[in-house]
Amino acid sequence: MNILELKNISMIYGQVKALYDVSLSVEQGEWLAIMGPSGSGKTTMMNIIGCMDKPTNGSVLLDGEELSRLSPAELTAIRRDKIGLIFQQFHLISYLTALENVMVAQYYHSMIDEAEALSALERVGLKDRAKHLPRQLSGGEQQRVCIARALINYPRLILADEPTGNLDETNERIVMEILRKLHEGGSTIIVVTHDPEVAVEADRTVYLEHGRIANVICRVGGAEHVEEPMFSTTCCP
Amino acid sequence: MTRRRMFMKMLVSSLIRRRSRMIAALCAIAIGATVLLGMAAISYDIPRQMGREFRSYGANMVFVASGEDALLKLDDARAAAGVIPPKSLVGMTPYRYEIVRVNMQGYTAAGTDFEQARETSPYWNINGAWPSGEDDILIGSDIAEFTRLAPGSAITITGRAADGARFRRDMTISGIVRTGSVEDKFIFMHLGTLEALMGDSGTAEVVEVSIAADEAELNELAGAISSRVPGISPRLVKRVTQSETAVLSKLQALVFLVSLVVLVLTMICVATTMMTVVMERRKEIGLKKAIGADNRGIAAEFLGEGMLLGALGGLLGTGMGYFFAQAVSVNVFGRGVVLDWKLAPATVLVSVAVTAASCLWPVRRATDVEPALVLRGE
Repeated sequence: MNILELKNISMIYGQVKALYDVSLSVEQGEWLAIMGPSGSGKTTMMNIIGCMDKPTNGSVLLDGEELSRLSPAELTAIRRDKIGLIFQQFHLISYLTALENVMVAQYYHSMIDEAEALSALERVGLKDRAKHLPRQLSGGEQQRVCIARALINYPRLILADEPTGNLDETNERIVMEILRKLHEGGSTIIVVTHDPEVAVEADRTVYLEHGRIANVICRVGGAEHVEEPMFSTTCCP
Repeated sequence: MTRRRMFMKMLVSSLIRRRSRMIAALCAIAIGATVLLGMAAISYDIPRQMGREFRSYGANMVFVASGEDALLKLDDARAAAGVIPPKSLVGMTPYRYEIVRVNMQGYTAAGTDFEQARETSPYWNINGAWPSGEDDILIGSDIAEFTRLAPGSAITITGRAADGARFRRDMTISGIVRTGSVEDKFIFMHLGTLEALMGDSGTAEVVEVSIAADEAELNELAGAISSRVPGISPRLVKRVTQSETAVLSKLQALVFLVSLVVLVLTMICVATTMMTVVMERRKEIGLKKAIGADNRGIAAEFLGEGMLLGALGGLLGTGMGYFFAQAVSVNVFGRGVVLDWKLAPATVLVSVAVTAASCLWPVRRATDVEPALVLRGE
């Protein structure tokens, strides 16, 4: 079952085609990596998938719901209910503790449950750092708080933008291990990355170039095979 | 932790974190509230303060006989005075006018109560001294110039009593009165002395009354006196009451304008500070929107911060405003202001409302922030 379907989406800013006629499906529980050079359309695609922008043309179905006709307020509700966002720069609120940063997502979603927020921090190994402010945490710890915040409302889709981009090797391993466990637990993950070592963890990697899908690599049972872009917008066999 | 507690935690933490900016905004609000409370307190107290000052203009009400009678009864005048609240009654001076002669020259003699005249006519300029003994008199400056008499001179007053009998009495000039008005042509003596000369008592042509009240209150009192004391017809001295009203209106308008300017300046300062805060926090706003905050939630946070600042600044300004009002009142009017404590919560409420209004444009800008900017790393 597809959780996400992009059908012939284009994003055109004046004369610039940031994305052009892109189609892509993501299955429930799949781990998809999106790679590509700067200006290839990765961020635009993230914005569209993350309900932060609407395509100029085409349709976007998330969990069976057509997004391209929704108002900004309705997109906010979808984002709040169905998407967990992980950022390269963590984006923690500097005046709130790690625990409160997780609880902020609960606050905007529905009810606040301190025990549940603490449990989310425990899942990323930061229960003992719950009362620390972001400036008292290392980069890796901040990213783990960011992941805990993304998971707290049980999103249907986890969207990660360069989740290891600002981390050292040790913290990169820790974060990748967390994502791996989430994937094994059935979470659907879409990661935008420059790092091939991150992309190699995904079930499928989509390469974008000049706003189009240039290449797709599927990984089944540890083996990689390249698919023709025009026939590989859906999941690997 | 409840949602409300989380909301307050975010507000307070955010304010504390940006304390230098927030202190600037807080100072602006506190100063605005200080001036506002001070001005409101003074404006509220101006009629009371100025009421006493205005009494130096002279009487603001006169009693004359009602109907066709030329003379009123002093008992009626005293009954009418009983209608006036004692704390408002500054003075009540009867005047009885008779024609007398000095060296064959006719003059108007006014019998009065000098103790009360000092209260109702404080603007009288006396060269010499106020009369003390029953044969002491004041003469108007025009008479003094014409007769070349000076304080201390003795004069003989002659005339006819009410029954037609002639009288003659030697009197002493204790002082010369100069007002620039008809008083400069009169001879003033004790009412009792004039009554003794005329051989009757208990009446006067007019009674001047000085009351610490505004025009509306005077009209109300005049109505009450007319209905309760039929023998008295009270009349307002329009040139005094209208001058007072005009001065009070102008003072209150000035206070209102100053308050308005201060409020506008406060709004500009708060709006500028909040706009800077919004610009500094674009990424945080973007993040909150990215993780699900709707525009109403973002607006509530910024308005909440503004209103919290408004309440704090209002409280601070209320305290400082009391001392400001006292300082102004003591320096300008020579006495302390009486603060109506209803003004304190009103000042806090106005501070909150003004700050909230100042935050509207920054809040609008905050809700315009796109959540996508957190992904662009701007």
